[in-house]
Amino acid sequence: MIPWLNKIRENVMVKKQVLALFDDAAKAADANEAVMKEGVKPGDIEIMTGCPYPEGAFGEHDKPHRVYRFPFIGALLGFSMAMLITAGTQLSWPLITGGKPILSLPPMVIIAYEGTLLGAVLFTIVGVLFESRLPRVGLGLYDDRITEGYIGLLLNVTEDNDFAIKKLLQKHGAQELKEEG
Amino acid sequence: MQEATKLGDKKINDDLLANIFGSERRYWLVCGFLAMGVGAFALAAGYMIVTGLGVTGLNRPVFWGFFITNFVFWVGISHAGVMLSAILRLTKAEWRRPATRAAEIVTVFSLFTALMMPVIHTGRPWRIIYWFLPYDFQRMIWPNIRSALVWDPTAINTYLTCSILFVFVALIPDLAVIRDRSTGIRRLIYSGLSLGWRGTSQQWKLQMMAGVLLSALILPIFVSVHSIVSFDFSMAISVKGWHTTIFAPYFVIGAVHSGVSAVVTVLILLRFLFRWEDYIKPDHLDALGKLLAVVGTAWFFFFALEFLYGIYGAEPDEIALRTTQLFSMPWGAMFIAFLITGYFFPVPMWLFRSVRRSMFWMTITTISVNIGMWLERFLIIVPGLMRKQDLSFVWNVYSPSIVEITIVLGTFCLVLLGVLLFAKAFPLIPLYDIKEGEVLQGEVTVGRAKVPAAFHEE
Repeated sequence: MIPWLNKIRENVMVKKQVLALFDDAAKAADANEAVMKEGVKPGDIEIMTGCPYPEGAFGEHDKPHRVYRFPFIGALLGFSMAMLITAGTQLSWPLITGGKPILSLPPMVIIAYEGTLLGAVLFTIVGVLFESRLPRVGLGLYDDRITEGYIGLLLNVTEDNDFAIKKLLQKHGAQELKEEG
Repeated sequence: MQEATKLGDKKINDDLLANIFGSERRYWLVCGFLAMGVGAFALAAGYMIVTGLGVTGLNRPVFWGFFITNFVFWVGISHAGVMLSAILRLTKAEWRRPATRAAEIVTVFSLFTALMMPVIHTGRPWRIIYWFLPYDFQRMIWPNIRSALVWDPTAINTYLTCSILFVFVALIPDLAVIRDRSTGIRRLIYSGLSLGWRGTSQQWKLQMMAGVLLSALILPIFVSVHSIVSFDFSMAISVKGWHTTIFAPYFVIGAVHSGVSAVVTVLILLRFLFRWEDYIKPDHLDALGKLLAVVGTAWFFFFALEFLYGIYGAEPDEIALRTTQLFSMPWGAMFIAFLITGYFFPVPMWLFRSVRRSMFWMTITTISVNIGMWLERFLIIVPGLMRKQDLSFVWNVYSPSIVEITIVLGTFCLVLLGVLLFAKAFPLIPLYDIKEGEVLQGEVTVGRAKVPAAFHEE
């Protein structure tokens, strides 16, 4: 079949979500590997855990992000704001002290330093939340036991492979399967 | 770390969230006692604001007394949190796990308290608005940014904002745990606070990245804050004993000395109150004790340098100040007490392993450090101002009034009560950090010995 036609077909196919709960990281990793071999794409798999695991522990694929850009943008904006405030307040009522220039650079640098770091921190947090897709309204298909130590494997499946995937998950030790869609 | 026992996710959640879902009587008793202290603080502060600064012992030429000493002290305490949390996160120190959040929370509440002190000190707190708005709207005369007293709130507010956000971001996964264990209105509240966290691989990856990035960004703020607080003194040319180039690093290292000590005291209190024997272990105190011995000695080195630089020039004014500090009463007695409690008692004690691993001795020594560090700030501020200056026509010995003493003692209750009330709504030990420690925990066989080991990601 023509590739682009195949893509359209995939997109219009009715998809539903399946959540498999595992009580062991190794079982979850095996199940993840098995469903990928079955044809589920990395973008259709999400692994949910109650604590951070080393990257790649479940054989998951790395998703790109742009978090590192945010602190630089924030720092630049913070610096600009601080310079604007310090220069603006001095220029709004020019007071010559001891024949020195109106704009006193050392104090401006001190306030600009704080402004730069404040901007960088604020934007880092915005970046982390944005890239984490937070805040999110509703949890979708989820199970409270995930924060108690269970590992959740959330899959987007189609009507074509639904049955086979569920069977595969059970075979690899899924404690429970939940569906939505 | 030699004490490695697997607890399991459920037990960790049960233990560390126990206080949120139901507190023991002793928790409420301690809170009640502290609330009385806070009540006395509020009454004294209210009385002073209504009556005026005349009820304090402040008078010419000593206009900075207990309140400003206390301000510097609490800013100092606030340095522990981020120092511990950020440096230990960046260096991936395994023993940081139970200590980081408590340290960050001590930072937040001590900074709040520190910020209150100059506001109370003004005597007319509503006028604080002129710190960031024009004195005169029609002519647009803004606060003078050339003054260290404007840099100071700028730095402290930056630090406070960043510390609160740092705590919040690290709290999100733990808020999700509380959400999942709650029902009804509590679930609704924690659902909102946890922002819909689900613990996906991407969210965890970014959460870890946030910890590292924010730690790296907060460290330069942490260094700047106490440096700028020291500028309040060192930029004043006319006061002897204040105008010294070494003040910034001396204040920063002193802040770390008192702050880390305060964190140890708080950790021991939390261990006692919430029965966290499985989480706050002698191993953690041992590591903190070693850190404190190094930090304390570094601080003492700076103190000695500052003193030496002061007397080496043999300027009459400076010598007179140092003579007052050392040989006239009550300053001389305070000076000796400060040296003993701040360094000569606790630091040699920490050289003994049995002391570092003892809850009792670590409580005594860390409280001792903070008595010493409070006295240190008092001895810098008051004797410096007390001496006759070129332009002062009157000089005086400062003695604090009962109102000032009540307010200062009340701030200790305020910080502790804040930390404990926070523990009623949020976990004071990061659940996911402890769980991650368990995931990464292993055992290495070396010859015939089995040694606990931890895996680290690069």
